[in-house]
Amino acid sequence: MKILVPIKRVVDYNVKVRVKSDNTDVDLSNLKMSINPFCEIAVEEAVRLKEAGVASEVVVVSVGDKACQEQIRTALALGADRGIQVDTDQKPLPLSIAKLLHKVVEQEDPSIVLLGKQTIDGDNNQTGQMLAALAGMGQGTFASELKIDGDKALVTREVDGGLVTVALSLPAVVTTDLRLNEPRYASLPNIMKAKRKPITVTTPEELGVTIESTVEVLKVESPASRSAGVMVDSVEQLIEKLKTEAKVI
Amino acid sequence: MHNTPQFNWQDPLQLTLQLSEEERMIRDAAHNYCQDKLQPRVLLANRQESFDRDIMFELGELGLLGSTLPEAYGGSAANYVSYGLIAREVERVDSGYRSAMSVQSSLVMYPIYTYGTEQQRCKFLPKLATGEWVGCFGLTEPNSGSDPASMLSKATKVDGGYCLNGTKMWITNSPIADVFVVWAKLDNVIRGFILEKGMHGLSTPKIEGKFSLRASITGEIVMENVFVPEENIFPEITGLKGPFGCLNKARYGIAWGSLGAAEYCFNAARSYTLDRQQFNRPLAANQLVQKKLADMQTEISLGLQSCLQMGRLMDTHQCPVELISLLKRNNCGKALDIARIARDMHGGNGISDEFGVIRHVMNLEAVNTYEGTHDVHALILGRAITGIPAFC
Repeated sequence: MKILVPIKRVVDYNVKVRVKSDNTDVDLSNLKMSINPFCEIAVEEAVRLKEAGVASEVVVVSVGDKACQEQIRTALALGADRGIQVDTDQKPLPLSIAKLLHKVVEQEDPSIVLLGKQTIDGDNNQTGQMLAALAGMGQGTFASELKIDGDKALVTREVDGGLVTVALSLPAVVTTDLRLNEPRYASLPNIMKAKRKPITVTTPEELGVTIESTVEVLKVESPASRSAGVMVDSVEQLIEKLKTEAKVI
Repeated sequence: MHNTPQFNWQDPLQLTLQLSEEERMIRDAAHNYCQDKLQPRVLLANRQESFDRDIMFELGELGLLGSTLPEAYGGSAANYVSYGLIAREVERVDSGYRSAMSVQSSLVMYPIYTYGTEQQRCKFLPKLATGEWVGCFGLTEPNSGSDPASMLSKATKVDGGYCLNGTKMWITNSPIADVFVVWAKLDNVIRGFILEKGMHGLSTPKIEGKFSLRASITGEIVMENVFVPEENIFPEITGLKGPFGCLNKARYGIAWGSLGAAEYCFNAARSYTLDRQQFNRPLAANQLVQKKLADMQTEISLGLQSCLQMGRLMDTHQCPVELISLLKRNNCGKALDIARIARDMHGGNGISDEFGVIRHVMNLEAVNTYEGTHDVHALILGRAITGIPAFC
C-alpha cells in the first residue's frame, strides 16, 4: 500500500509574524520556516503505518519553489521514502493545489492520501476536501485516529458533539487533526540518510494544470490589539452589561 | 522596489542563512528535542542535584552522541558545524547536560576512535553511541589541574597488562560510567588506558555539594592496583598531545555551547524587562536596560559568527588549536558576564531557580574554568603572539 502525503512549507509556528508596511502580505523574509504542523502529523502517521507493515511506501509531495525541498527533506528524515516537488514560484490557492495533487494522485495511484486538515498560514481547510471531490475518493476529515481494516480505512473524526467513526473505501483522502499522534524528532542518522533519498521535480505545465488565482487579497492587517477592560461596581452592573453590551446572556 | 532590509534581533548576522539545509535540520531537531524534553526536567534536576540516566539513551537514540564519527561505529558522520549547533541547543537548556554529551562525544568516543585499536573501536563505540554505555574522561587530579604534566597517576607494566594507581578529580559522569578513558604515566610518559566498570580496585565516589553543573553528575576515579589488560591501552599515542587532542574537540563544543546559555539569559532578560512594570512602564523602557540588552546581543552574535568560521575551518582541517583557545576563552567569559547581568536585570526574582538565570550563572562559573581556565587560554594565546611560553 502506497501513502501519498502532501506537505507545505510555512512560517514556523513559534515565529511572530509582522505585516508588510504596504499591507499586501505578512513579511516572510529571513523567518524560520518549517513543515506545517498538521502536515508533520500526517507524515508521522504514514511512517507509523509503514513501520507497522501496513504501508509499503510513503511519498511526500509539496507545491512551491525550490526552498520547499528543505521541508520535503525533513519529511524524508522523519521516515518518508521519496519526495516530489511541484515547482512553482506562484502561491497557488487551495483549488489549484488540489488540481495539482489530483494529477500527482493519478500518476502515483496511492491507496491513501494523508494530509493536514489545514495549514497555519492560510487556515483555509479546503485542499483535502477539494482533492477528494476532484479524484472521486471518499474523505475522512479531522482524523484523531486512523485504522486500516482490509480495503477500508476507519477514521475517527473529532466533531463538535464528540467522535464520529467513518469507514472509507480505499483509495481515500484522510486529513489529520492535532491529536492523531505526536510526531517524532528527526534523528541525526536519519537526517544524513535523507540526503540520499530521491526528490523528483515536476512542474504545473508537465502536470497539465494552469494555476489560476480566483481570489484577490485586498489588504492584510494585524489583529486589532485588545482594548483595556472596565471595572464594574456590583454584580448587578456586571449582569446588566453582559445583557445589554456583551449580549451574551 | 526593494523592501528595507529587516533587522532580526535574534539573528542579526543571519547565521541561519549561512547554514546548509542539513545543518539547519540538525539544529532544528536538536532544538525541538531539547526544548520539549530537557527543558521541563532541568529545574528539579538542578534543585535536587540529580542526573537522569535516561537522557543518555535519548541523546543516543537521536544520534547526538559521537555524531561526527563514521556510521560504521554508530556515528552519523556529521560535520563539526553541526556538532557545534547541537552543543548550543543542549546548553541553551543547561551546561550540565551539554557537559554529559561533550564528555561522551569528544572525550571518550573521539579518543577511542582516534587513538584506539580496531578491536577497541568495535567493542566500545557502538554502545557508547546508543547511550547504553556511559563514558568518562580522567585527566585532572586533586593536585594537577592546569598543569596536567604534573599528574601522579601511574601505570606499571605487569604480566598481561598494566597496574594503575592514582586519583582523578572532577570527572563528569564518573559515578555512573561504564567506560573510563584514563591518562597515567608509564615509565614517566603519559599514556591513555580504557578502564571498565567493575575492574578490581576501581571506585568512583560522587562529589557532593557542587554549586555548579548540578544537573550533571561528577565524581572521582580512584584506582588502587587496578589491573588493565594489554588490549585496553591506546597503543601509539604518548604524551600530552593525547589528552589535548580530545580536549580541543570538547573546547570547540564549549565555545558554541556557552553561547547557547548566553542566548537563554539574553532572551530571559528581554522578556522579563518587557513584562515587568515599575514606575508605570516596562523596565525595558529604561536606557540602562536597553544598553545591557544591546551589549548582550552584540557579544552573542559576534561570538556565533566566529564559531561558525571556526567550524568551517575545522571541517576543512584548517583550525589551529590557538583559535579554539581564543573562542573557548572569549565565549565562556562573555557568556558568564551576560548571565550575571541578566541575573541582575531580573532583580530579586533573579535569584530564584524558577527563572533559570541563576542556574546558568552558576553553571558558567564551571564552564569558564574547566577544559582550560580563562587565564590559561590567555597564556596559550600569549605564547602564540610573543613566542614566549609563560605558563610557569
